[in-house]
Amino acid sequence: MGQIELKQVSKSFGTVEVIRPLDLSIEEGEFVVFVGPSGCGKSTLLRLIAGLEDVTSGAVLIDGEDATGTAPAKRGLAMVFQSYALYPHMSVRKNIAFPLRMAKLDKNEQDRRVEEAARVLNLGDYLDRRPGQLSGGQRQRVAIGRAIVREPAAFLFDEPLSNLDAALRVGMRLEISELHKRLRTTMIYVTHDQVEAMTMADKIVVLQAGVIEQVGSPLELYQRPRNLFVAGFIGSPRMNLIEGPEAAKYDAHTIGIRPEHIEISESQGSWKGTVGLSEHLGADTFFHVQCAVSPTPITVRAPGEMILKYGAEVHLTPRTQYLHRFDSEGLRKNEPS
Amino acid sequence: MATKASRSAARLMISPAVILLLGWMLIPLGMTLYFSFLRYNLIIPGNHPFVGWENYHWFVTDPSFNAAMINTLLLVGGVLLITVLGGIGFALLLDQPMWGQGVIRIMVIAPFFVMPTVSALVWKNMFMNPVNGFFGHIAHGLGLPPIDFFSQIPLLSIVLIVSWQWLPFATLILFTALQSLDQEQLEAAEMDGARFGSRFAFIVLPHLARAITVVILIQTIFLLSIFAEILVTTNGGPGTATTNLTYLIYVSSLLQYDVGMGSAGGVIAIILANIVAIFLMRMIGKNLDA
Amino acid sequence: MARAVSTSRKTFNTAIAGLLGFVMFFPVLWIVILSFKSEFDAIRSPLAILTSGWTLESYGAVQARSDYFKHFTNSVVISVGSTFLGLLIAVPAAWSMAFVPAKRTRGVLMWMLSTKMLPPVGVLVPIYLIFRDLGILDTNLGLVIVLMLMNLPIIIWMLYTYFREIPGEILEAARMDGASLRDEVLYVLTPMAVPGIASTVLLNIILAWNEAFWTLNLTAARAAPLTAFIASYSSPEGLFYAKLSAASVMAIAPILIMGWFSQKQLVRGLTFGAVK
Repeated sequence: MGQIELKQVSKSFGTVEVIRPLDLSIEEGEFVVFVGPSGCGKSTLLRLIAGLEDVTSGAVLIDGEDATGTAPAKRGLAMVFQSYALYPHMSVRKNIAFPLRMAKLDKNEQDRRVEEAARVLNLGDYLDRRPGQLSGGQRQRVAIGRAIVREPAAFLFDEPLSNLDAALRVGMRLEISELHKRLRTTMIYVTHDQVEAMTMADKIVVLQAGVIEQVGSPLELYQRPRNLFVAGFIGSPRMNLIEGPEAAKYDAHTIGIRPEHIEISESQGSWKGTVGLSEHLGADTFFHVQCAVSPTPITVRAPGEMILKYGAEVHLTPRTQYLHRFDSEGLRKNEPS
Repeated sequence: MATKASRSAARLMISPAVILLLGWMLIPLGMTLYFSFLRYNLIIPGNHPFVGWENYHWFVTDPSFNAAMINTLLLVGGVLLITVLGGIGFALLLDQPMWGQGVIRIMVIAPFFVMPTVSALVWKNMFMNPVNGFFGHIAHGLGLPPIDFFSQIPLLSIVLIVSWQWLPFATLILFTALQSLDQEQLEAAEMDGARFGSRFAFIVLPHLARAITVVILIQTIFLLSIFAEILVTTNGGPGTATTNLTYLIYVSSLLQYDVGMGSAGGVIAIILANIVAIFLMRMIGKNLDA
Repeated sequence: MARAVSTSRKTFNTAIAGLLGFVMFFPVLWIVILSFKSEFDAIRSPLAILTSGWTLESYGAVQARSDYFKHFTNSVVISVGSTFLGLLIAVPAAWSMAFVPAKRTRGVLMWMLSTKMLPPVGVLVPIYLIFRDLGILDTNLGLVIVLMLMNLPIIIWMLYTYFREIPGEILEAARMDGASLRDEVLYVLTPMAVPGIASTVLLNIILAWNEAFWTLNLTAARAAPLTAFIASYSSPEGLFYAKLSAASVMAIAPILIMGWFSQKQLVRGLTFGAVK
């Protein structure tokens, strides 16, 4: 249970086409992340799968059955919302039990499942509180609890961590991944944060302006971005993109090189430049180096202990085996073999 | 943002309200319109011949019609003026730091709960009666001639009574709006060197614009149909001094049993109310969208 | 960050506001005082009234003249009945407009409000005749229907503004949790909107309780609520101040007490949800 397939699905609001016709298949037990900048249609796509919006054309198949016209309540999917969407007038216990109550489950069975979910999510002490009395992270867990008691075919997460502060976000990220490992249920997760996408996903779907730019595992996307958009979107700090004569040397319109694939030296190298801002993160230091080959500074990742003065003269050398080449359309050019 | 299913559910769920209100509007309206062209008096038996514009002609040329129009206008305008200005004053005052604000607010709201028939009777007898009324006694105590409110200043007396009833409403709305004003805005203005007068004119008043609109809108709806206050105090008199349009139509249709004439008056009242309504709707449409 | 306010300034504010508040409240206070005086004392000068003795005789006289409890019951039936009937129709309508807004929603809402602008007197004759023919003239049923229709636009408007503050995601969550439309409205929306619904109910009960056009024109003896009961005192009993005061107190006390106890909800309701 939990295989989802989109066939030529599109969505328009009035005359605006938010999702262009697209195909996508999500395998049983997979953790799939939809990632893209805001307004790319990733949340809309999730809501189409949930049934909270009608598709304009195409079909949504769940476990091989056409669910295009099925009401959200009947699709057997559970959703965790960005705002958590907890019922403020119900206790945590009642919140978690709500889907079971709607399914008219036996009262004892309801209690058993709620207790089980509370144990898994460490919510045991809070069952009789109202959502308003909980912290952000606890609310998040209640929302997840409400989703897991239903034992759904798949979980849908709509930017669930964006309302949490940075430290909690990392913790919840691990918890959700852990949950996936344990339940082995299909999860579809929407985020605009590529770090979340990289760390959690089995499969990433990069979306932009209602179009799927690339589908693949995190490492595939990192190592072989299919086009300039994915190259720039995946990876932090961003990949350096250089156009013009330097790119032509490699028979490309644009070349891309990640900050971690550039050597920096005070004495020699291929590109001469001056150090601009330095960001010391402890383990790593990022230097923004102004070079003649590119109008924008080139970001370089160096060991944490390296210190260079503002304005110092340095030399950069890209490790050419990690160079990405793109044609004038922005598409990846395959390595000359 | 919704699915076809929820949209059709929405249509289904809104339809009882729409059908009821549509019926409430169209059926009596149609009948009023129809009656207005008939010679139809409840105490004159027989059929009701079609008389064209006759009812309208008689209604509009009746001197009391002009008086009623002017009185309606003065009544609505007078009460609006008193309640809006008074309400702003009260709201600003209540917004100041003080003790026992809750108790004071309760006292200020009280008149709103008093039914119109009661407030009219109480004011008429216990306060405005020139012999035994409260004001009469005060005037007597001060050695002044008492005012006979309902013969000397009948319309103004009714304006005062109605204003007393509606001032709490205006105060409450404006006070609530005032409390939502961002204090930082005022502090910023103070830092920019704005004095109390300019802070009021450039920050407080614009902030209250929406609330003032609401006050005017809602009060106008109710004030156009002031009825009970006139019925129990003056019966529209002396002469037609306190007859407003509503009361005039009441007199024609229910006291003189002239359904045709009353209906013609009703149609006119509806047309006038619609003119006011269009104007007000424009105003709130703009002010309430935010 | 409140700034320190001098005590003298605060005292001054309290005095001015208290004085004006007292002036507003005085007529109500005055009739309460008069209602406990004898007919003889009630028409004397204010000072003499305050120093005279107290009595309950007026209340007895009012009850003897006409059955207060009958009118009171009528008022309760009419105001509560019309409000809850209105609520039953308004909740689904407001749900539709707040959570499934369409292009026409704003127009529909404005149209509904505009029916409120229809002057009652314009349709008095037809309603009177229809009610006469249906035999519901001077009945509570008739008044419940009329007052419900009168206040329906206001109920819908208020609920709409309250519903709009409820995040749509919560209703969507209910839908995902398997709730039907009925479950969603019954178990999620309505409990969440309780404060707003309470304000709406209170305000509309007050409006209906005090409504004095239809209640005066469509009732005679049987269904007369307190508005009509008190109107019967306009003459010549108006000259009997103590009895008039007692009757007035009996007519307004229920709503006044209810209003004071539920002040918080009411203040919100009084603004018709249009001002925050």
